[in-house]
Amino acid sequence: MSVPDTSAAREEILTRVRAALSAKGTHHARTDSPASRPSGIPESLPLTELFVERVEDYRATVVTCAPDAVDSAVAAALANVESTVVPSGFEHDVPGRVLREADVTDVRDIEGVDAVVTTATVAIAETGTIVLDHGPGQGRRGLSLLPDLHVCIVHAEQVVRTVPEAFTALRPSIEAGRPLTWISGPSATSDIELDRVEGVHGPRTLHVLLVEEPHDPGRTRPDS
Amino acid sequence: MSGSVSGTFVGMPKFPVAAREAVNDTQLRRNLGHATATIRGKRAAVVDEVEDWEAKRQQGADLKDDVLAHLDTYLLQLEERLVEAGATVHWARDAAEANAIVIAIARAKQATEVVKVKSMATQEIGLNEALEAAGIDAWETDLAELIVQLGHDLPSHILVPAIHRNRAEVREIFRREMGQVGRPAPDDLTDEPARLAEAARLHLREKFLRAKVAVSGANFAVAETGTLVVVESEGNGRMCLTLPETLVTVVGIEKLVPTWDDLAVFMELLPRSSTGERMNPYTSMWTGVSDGSAQSDGHTGVVSDGPQDVHVVLVDNGRTTVLADVVGRQALRCIRCSACLNVCPVYERVGGHAYGSVYPGPIGAILGPQLRGRQGAVEQSLPYASTLCGACFDACPVRIDIPEVLVHLRTQVVDDHRGRPSAEGLAMKAGAFTFAKASRLQKAQRAATTAGRLLRNRSRLGRLPWPLSAWSESRDAPAPPTETFRHWWNRTHDDLHEGEGS
Repeated sequence: MSVPDTSAAREEILTRVRAALSAKGTHHARTDSPASRPSGIPESLPLTELFVERVEDYRATVVTCAPDAVDSAVAAALANVESTVVPSGFEHDVPGRVLREADVTDVRDIEGVDAVVTTATVAIAETGTIVLDHGPGQGRRGLSLLPDLHVCIVHAEQVVRTVPEAFTALRPSIEAGRPLTWISGPSATSDIELDRVEGVHGPRTLHVLLVEEPHDPGRTRPDS
Repeated sequence: MSGSVSGTFVGMPKFPVAAREAVNDTQLRRNLGHATATIRGKRAAVVDEVEDWEAKRQQGADLKDDVLAHLDTYLLQLEERLVEAGATVHWARDAAEANAIVIAIARAKQATEVVKVKSMATQEIGLNEALEAAGIDAWETDLAELIVQLGHDLPSHILVPAIHRNRAEVREIFRREMGQVGRPAPDDLTDEPARLAEAARLHLREKFLRAKVAVSGANFAVAETGTLVVVESEGNGRMCLTLPETLVTVVGIEKLVPTWDDLAVFMELLPRSSTGERMNPYTSMWTGVSDGSAQSDGHTGVVSDGPQDVHVVLVDNGRTTVLADVVGRQALRCIRCSACLNVCPVYERVGGHAYGSVYPGPIGAILGPQLRGRQGAVEQSLPYASTLCGACFDACPVRIDIPEVLVHLRTQVVDDHRGRPSAEGLAMKAGAFTFAKASRLQKAQRAATTAGRLLRNRSRLGRLPWPLSAWSESRDAPAPPTETFRHWWNRTHDDLHEGEGS
């Protein structure tokens, strides 16, 4: 059975849309609003501090390190792990048994590997979010999905404060046709009696390595 | 073994009948009361954090109105971007057409099963039932949808469809049913949510890894770039969207947003409104086919990333009818957050099943009758399933004035029935007759006050005679007074009468 041609449906739907939009009558939208309440965001918190606080709120681990200490921080994060899958273009040393992405034809073959390390594209302080665009160092999407531990390296320069700023930063990735995965803590569900439970299908542990800015660790960055 | 067992809402009783039964279910009320109170608290906390929440609500409403006002243009733009990015776009006027497309795609891949990400749109079109009839298993992978499916049940909430089940029931369902359709639940399964989630993880893992075809919905579709978005918590979305070779995404035509940057405000509005989080655990965004070219790393051949055969089914199924109603069309702004359900006093007491509809709660009461038409008893009763308290409007992230649309629909239902006798119509006619002449009103008042004197020791009347009996079925009326105001005034202010003019 071949897939039906839907051009007739397409024409009819567009015709119906146009007819609907020329329907008579006017409607004036309501303009009142509930009184606004004061915001609770500490305006003065430095970006990276806010990011760390918000990521930890999701029960993910965050470790900060200097730019020359990334390799040892990665090793520490993978201390109890037997095997790790490493994306193409990932530039740091990974200890222990390593599976390189280039040797993986079908992503499902990595089932059983304990951990994955990736870099990221942008991070959002306000919401404690990390975004991957699956470019070099980040791996195909399945790579950061199947293992139970995801170690993610975020550079302080990659952190923006708000969601709209993140969208601006991600536009080049989208225009290049890259898929995006937004990660805010480990996988979770509240479906049973609203009791939040970590770890259903994605990595049950998220370990974030925040790399300080080079030459001047601990400096508060001016907000953009 | 068929995996698709969830039913549809065909033949459900109308709201007042269903509600009466539901309010007597104390366990349901306890579950719901706890659930909705918890989510309300979480939502309030994260909304308070946002400095300009009201401005964002307005922005969301304006963007959605812009999409609706130019829907044909945006749909064409979306189609063009999707095709450029390697996706195949299909259009479906109704549920039957949409289902036929999905079945045809699955058959073309010789698939006997599909894995599904939770999607209200696919529920609306009855996709699982259609796939089952075509001999294709449809495995729900969202934990709550899995619970509903294994329990041969109906969802009762947009966001947490299994909220009417407590942990002991979930354990029972898993133990009884998992083994029938795949890996059985462990023998020592307890009812702790963490253990139940783990059982689901193991049960579904094998299905994710072997599935050839996945079906999803989309929370948003960006017209400017052709990007689709799935917002989730558990990771089942990521599994379905990236592991199988073929992906079919069913999208209602109202789910568009104009540009990439416009999507930002919705990614702020949705998580805070739905689960009361600053951001949900996982959001996947993809534009057509990803060739994973970044991973080729100098080796020969490009290694692909995710499904290489991507389909998008754009579905009308009544949305253009809603669009044609200038008052009702604001319902199409809905981003399916379920904030309105969680604040609704009616929903909290009766739950989702009482609405007899895929979309329950306040949004369901205005969307259902508009999408499906007002012929059925359920659809006619839904606009009345409300006290018009307005909490839903305050909570709605895109400012849908649900009470306004409810009243608008009520007038339509009344107009539909004009000319046909009804108890309410008769009562109104009797009232109009009585008020038309002073002498008639006086006679009626005399009768009432006589009754009042006879009922002197009663302050409330539980039951009124027909045709008011329908009204008094769930309300008490005050007993009539023993004298009218006019009579009382004349009796007690006789002196004023005399003093006039002096």
